[in-house]
Amino acid sequence: MKFGFSLLILALLIVIPALGASLGGAPFWGIVIPYCALLIFLVGFTSRVLKWAKLPVPFRIPTSTGQQKSLDWIQHSPLDNPSTGLGVVGRMALEVLLFRSLFRNTKVELKEGPKLVYGSSKWLWAGALAFHYAFLIIFLRHFKYFVEPTPFWVVGMQNLDSFFQVGLPMLLATDAVIVAAISFLLLRRLLDARIRYISNASDYFPLLLILAIAATGILMRYFFKVDLVGVKKLAMGLFSLKPVVPEGIGAMFYIHMFLVSSLIAYFPFSKLMHLAGVFLSPTRNLANNNRMRRHLNPWNPQVKVHTYEEYEDEFRDVMKAAELPLDKEKQCPKAS
Amino acid sequence: MSQGKLKPEELARITYQPPAKSWTDPTVEFRKGVICYGAVPETLNYLDLPHAKKWQPTDQDWKLPPDWKKIIFEGMRDRLMRFRSFKVFMDICVRCGACADKCHFYIGSGDPKNMPVLRAELLRSVYRRQFTKAGKIMGAMVGARDLDEKVLKEWFYYFYQCTECRRCSVFCPYGIDTAEITMMGRELLNLLGLSIEWINTPLANCFRTGNHLGIQPHGFKDSVEFAVDELAELTGIKVKAPINEKGHEILFVAPSADYFAQPHYFTLLGYLALFHEIGLDYTLSTFASEGGNFGLFHSNEMMKRLNAKIYSEAKRLDVKWILGGECGHMWRVLHQYMDTMNGPADFLQVPKSSLTGTVFANAASTKMVHISEFTADLIRHNKIQLDPSRNNHWNATFHDSCNPARCMGLFDEPRYVLQQVMKNFHEMPEDTIREQTFCCGSGSGLGTDENIESRMRGGLPRANAVKYVRDTKEVNLLVCMCAIDKATLPPLLEYWTPGVEVAGLHELVGNALIMKGENERLTDLRGTPITKPLENKQDAA
Ligand code: SF4
Ligand code: SF4
Repeated sequence: MKFGFSLLILALLIVIPALGASLGGAPFWGIVIPYCALLIFLVGFTSRVLKWAKLPVPFRIPTSTGQQKSLDWIQHSPLDNPSTGLGVVGRMALEVLLFRSLFRNTKVELKEGPKLVYGSSKWLWAGALAFHYAFLIIFLRHFKYFVEPTPFWVVGMQNLDSFFQVGLPMLLATDAVIVAAISFLLLRRLLDARIRYISNASDYFPLLLILAIAATGILMRYFFKVDLVGVKKLAMGLFSLKPVVPEGIGAMFYIHMFLVSSLIAYFPFSKLMHLAGVFLSPTRNLANNNRMRRHLNPWNPQVKVHTYEEYEDEFRDVMKAAELPLDKEKQCPKAS
Repeated sequence: MSQGKLKPEELARITYQPPAKSWTDPTVEFRKGVICYGAVPETLNYLDLPHAKKWQPTDQDWKLPPDWKKIIFEGMRDRLMRFRSFKVFMDICVRCGACADKCHFYIGSGDPKNMPVLRAELLRSVYRRQFTKAGKIMGAMVGARDLDEKVLKEWFYYFYQCTECRRCSVFCPYGIDTAEITMMGRELLNLLGLSIEWINTPLANCFRTGNHLGIQPHGFKDSVEFAVDELAELTGIKVKAPINEKGHEILFVAPSADYFAQPHYFTLLGYLALFHEIGLDYTLSTFASEGGNFGLFHSNEMMKRLNAKIYSEAKRLDVKWILGGECGHMWRVLHQYMDTMNGPADFLQVPKSSLTGTVFANAASTKMVHISEFTADLIRHNKIQLDPSRNNHWNATFHDSCNPARCMGLFDEPRYVLQQVMKNFHEMPEDTIREQTFCCGSGSGLGTDENIESRMRGGLPRANAVKYVRDTKEVNLLVCMCAIDKATLPPLLEYWTPGVEVAGLHELVGNALIMKGENERLTDLRGTPITKPLENKQDAA
């Protein structure tokens, strides 16, 4: 049902521009929509990140996943349990670039006995990594539409990509990877009873949306050829804030564009914000130097404590009887 | 003790197939054996906590104040502004499920809401509805829920079925720590006077007498003297154990269970023997007679209130630095919170072992050293003489307690000590030790008899890993460094893995420690006869 709902919304997001663009109003679909989406993204994204960043971090609570730094002769894990800022940078880099924590994933099985067996389970890691890197490469590849002449690194990337080309017509490796990876992530959500149980509609939706974006892109590239010269004009126009709408770009392009706009406008309000949030996670981005350096809590509260004086006042007699040392031999008489 | 009615074979029939109804349905059944008793008004009142009442979770009517929803929402808003962790963890979970089968309560119960991700979603769903645009506009799509009494009860049920062990946070690609969310959830429930007795009674005790058990100063002294006598009987050496004396070099703080409970007590004997043998200049304190801090399981304010005594006592007794005994959650507080909350400890000096000259630079600010760090350093510098064969009757494995493991990374210090004081040591499977260690199932204030079924379920992964080394390596001893472990692992193992006993690290140190002028040791510290070949006796002499 949640999946169906997401599918329905996606269908709307395809039908609307398909119909709309065929009715005309190209400047609306080609200029207004993308600009609005971008604006929403920029404002939404920055305000969300600023809001997080402004919040205090009252306690230093890294999760230690390796040996602490203590005695000189004990081998310490500088990346899994960093004690310095540099170590934290390393830990974060591993996390962000290689999905270190996901790489640890295991799978538990209960056998007769009872006997619990843990197996390594790297599929989620592999799928996620493939998806994110393919997405990144495709995103960067699009700079060839925004900048003239096409930047050399885009050309290089493209050459490398088609080096792995499979079959005709020139299916770029990343295109295949992203479709395969998203399909895997989607199927996993749908077929694994446990993951299906925890999934919300908002978990299917971004996958479907990105799959549709990839699909329309692939369709345009290989099957419904659009006027690439026109596309580049439009894109460069948008990029240089001098928008123009060339005639005769195919409808498929407007669908693609509308879906991309939907994605970036949806981004700041969704779980996709994990992109920025991961950098602000206090269990990962702090050094485990708790006992070496004091961490300050900006709102460190005043609390009511039980003082030794009060304690001794209450227990003076029994302490005296037990011959425990006392600070005051006798209770001071109440102020007269 | 009552193990509940279920036999291990029955309890182990666990199905991981999620039910047909959606998780958004909050209905829970408060069964005996699964949930702890509610906090009693006397303790809440003693601690000036709000909304004290006579109440049990099994009651229909939870006697909530009329504006309870407002109180919760205000409490959430306040915490969302004070804790970046809370806000970020509410926002960025992608429900990838990597944490799902990492929680011992899920593994042992199959209850899908014991998956860390769903435990967090219980709170997150209300957060979305109340505090996010997406949740207000398209609630159904993002899994938003309204807060009602059923949801509140569900929170109570599941936030007191999480031991705040942080195993989930090791596997989460964003480091989302469901323990942190449970801590927030418990703080919110506290605002309505909803807590459990097993946490609040120790809190009140600790606030008043300095320790969770409510032992008064003379009782503490009695117990220490008793231990001194016992040690004299075992070794022929009468040690000194100063209490509340000013001007010593070190204040030693252990969990109070070490003085009063078994098998903790044998670890106390180990400390006393070691301190005597190296001539440590230290004092104990009746006021700071508890290193443990159930405030961690209640609220950050309560943690601070109870923790304050450590530094204030160190100051009053005019010591140079502090040494801490074997305890798990105690060390989370000391390592991650104490300095921030009650520091700076600028009246103390950077800890330095007067025996080896080692400066504990890793404790330069907090000025508190873990005893396994201290002892490892002693052994490394050959400052004590050991006869590991006195532990020959044991074949041990080591349990990393959650907090020293995942909040400090204290892994190799105790292992080094262990391997120096005994010969037979085997690790449990690697997915169950070090940072991936499994909880005893009874941490975070849940180690009572009322919820024994939950405990046995939650402890299954730990017990099962012990079973593996018992069956393949003939392990008969589980060594650990935690007061809660020492109290709760014995019944757990008796239930799932009979034939394995539980001991503290310094009990084994005490066994192996050769004391100058001691009588021949015929038994270990717990009175088990030492069986050892003749030539070893020669070595020891
Ligand atoms: S591993 Fe992290 S992101 Fe994935 S479901 Fe669990 S809490 Fe959410
Ligand atoms: S902190 Fe531990 S008990 Fe709590 S949800 Fe995570 S794994 Fe489970």
